[in-house]
Amino acid sequence: MAYDKFNILNSTAVPLSIENVDTDQIIPARFLKATERVGFGDNLFRDWRYNNDDTPKTDFVLNNDTFSGKILVGGKNFGSGSSREHATWAIYDYGFRCVVSSFFADIFRNNCLNVGVLPVQVSPEFLEQIFSAIEAYPQTNLTVDLPNQKITLDATGDNESFEINPYKKENMINGFDDIDYLLNIKEDIRTFSKNTPL
Amino acid sequence: MKKTLFDKVWDKHVVQQIDQGPDVLFIDRHMVHEVTSPVAFLGLKNRNIKVMYPDRTFATADHNTPTINQHLPVQDPLSAKQLDALEKNANEHGISYWGLGHEKNGIVHVVGPEYGITVPGATIVCGDSHTSTHGAFGAIAFGIGTSEVEMVLSTQCILQPKPKKMRITIDGVLQKGVTPKDVALFIISKLTTSGATGYFVEYAGDVFKNMTMEGRMTVCNLSIEMGARGGMIAPDEKTFHYIKDREFTPKGAAWDKALDYWQELYSDDGAKFDKELFFEGNEIEPMITFGTNPGMGIGISKDIPTAEAIGGGAATYQKSLNYMGYNEGESMIGKDIDFVFIGSCTNGRIEDFRAFTEIVKGRKKADNVTAWLVPGSHKVEKAIKDEGLLDILEESGFELREPGCSACLAMNDDKVPKGKYAVSTSNRNFEGRQGPGSRTLLASPIMAAAAAITGKVTDPRILIN
Repeated sequence: MAYDKFNILNSTAVPLSIENVDTDQIIPARFLKATERVGFGDNLFRDWRYNNDDTPKTDFVLNNDTFSGKILVGGKNFGSGSSREHATWAIYDYGFRCVVSSFFADIFRNNCLNVGVLPVQVSPEFLEQIFSAIEAYPQTNLTVDLPNQKITLDATGDNESFEINPYKKENMINGFDDIDYLLNIKEDIRTFSKNTPL
Repeated sequence: MKKTLFDKVWDKHVVQQIDQGPDVLFIDRHMVHEVTSPVAFLGLKNRNIKVMYPDRTFATADHNTPTINQHLPVQDPLSAKQLDALEKNANEHGISYWGLGHEKNGIVHVVGPEYGITVPGATIVCGDSHTSTHGAFGAIAFGIGTSEVEMVLSTQCILQPKPKKMRITIDGVLQKGVTPKDVALFIISKLTTSGATGYFVEYAGDVFKNMTMEGRMTVCNLSIEMGARGGMIAPDEKTFHYIKDREFTPKGAAWDKALDYWQELYSDDGAKFDKELFFEGNEIEPMITFGTNPGMGIGISKDIPTAEAIGGGAATYQKSLNYMGYNEGESMIGKDIDFVFIGSCTNGRIEDFRAFTEIVKGRKKADNVTAWLVPGSHKVEKAIKDEGLLDILEESGFELREPGCSACLAMNDDKVPKGKYAVSTSNRNFEGRQGPGSRTLLASPIMAAAAAITGKVTDPRILIN
């Protein structure tokens, strides 16, 4: 599915300094009943964000007007648990284009890259620095430079480089998806399949 | 060159290596369910393409299905719509569909092995993280996202970077009352939920060699809970015996040919792993979780550890204990419980029901406990009846429901209410996993049985005859 191309993102960020944020929290299972990819942002972090009567929980960061932006900063082991791509759809649909953490779960990271959300893994120290900077000054701007694989705290210039597979990087910059690639080699796949053992 | 089991299977399936990119991996078997597939099928429709290999694709309804009155129309309109969508998509693309009421219906990771869709040396994917279950047969099996489901439907391939390899060896003998579930929860408690992220795990050693196929499935199923994409066990005579003559396994000459391939599937002596871990089987106790991720587990005789002992993440740890209503240093034994759930792709097979029944036999369900017994498939359900287990269960005050994922993820009506505790044989104890505000204690079928009988958390060993 098409997504916005990603080049350089300059934005304030929303801090969620909890570790092991699992995909059941990002989007609870009862909101997975859709047959189309629409409206998932409304239920992003549903049970942390809303009370049972659908009133907002004022102490949750997404309900705090102080924080906003296109970057979500999460604690380590972000996105563990279920393979539901709906979690990344919810993040994208809400308006985030980038998630920063010191560690990502595998399937979540793959899903992010497939839907146009850039997962940026930084060191635990730099993650702490980002959290502190946002806490001290919520208007803190971050620059995520995909071509140069660098994330910078604008105010101080402190930065770190991050890893991304070169193929996936090209895809993100150009808004391509893997299916386009695979469809182009379908004949090779057909030939290969004739010699598979099973 | 010395190869690991994983390398042998992976390398046989690489169609193409993209320079500095992921591998194009051919997928032998693709399993599809109602929740993670509709948007993928929509993608095919938008591109105006058909499923490339319908005969390598299998669809079943499980995540969203009711576990009572399956013969009646599904009440929840959204669930009904999703089930309809899968049926329609399967029919349109010529895919086998085992929907609600079909004799082969059940949880995707239960029916796959039951009907021989799961075979050694295969690559198997499904839009569900517990696809790792099928690794028990020596297959490379892992969960994928919906974009990847669309890739496999349209090209039978997926783009994947080759993961690193880890081997976990457990030798020795398991103590009385220690089940495959306990072995898995023990490993996860040692590794944490991210300890194997980036790795594919091979389980080796006496403990896994001596395990039944169903036990191996339970262990491999939980690989994802330590962050691993999947786990696998080298196939052996037990494996071949299990799959022989099942509906979708190769027959005749094709079987012989496949067997030649399968018998080569083991890690060569001296093959290199990126990480190796060793544990002793006799050190493992019956396990139970006390927190909000599967890594927060302890032996039943131990106390809830302090944040300090865990090391790091004190705020997150405390948040988790607050959610559960527990404190550091407490024993889990004697804790109040309200629900017991036996089922899921982790522990919803016949051996799990046999183990549960063995404990409850001749005893009565505690009045304060609501018990949901949900077989993993119709085949399991039938075996429960045919083996006479149902009579024993009913005598003890239990009822059997119809198959599905049920309270494991509570997409259907099987929801544990806010604040209530459930001893569950499923795989995740995340906040709200079994219903908004629910509190989950993960455990083995016999721990669940002990809880169901005594009405509280109980060391099951005292009830083993």
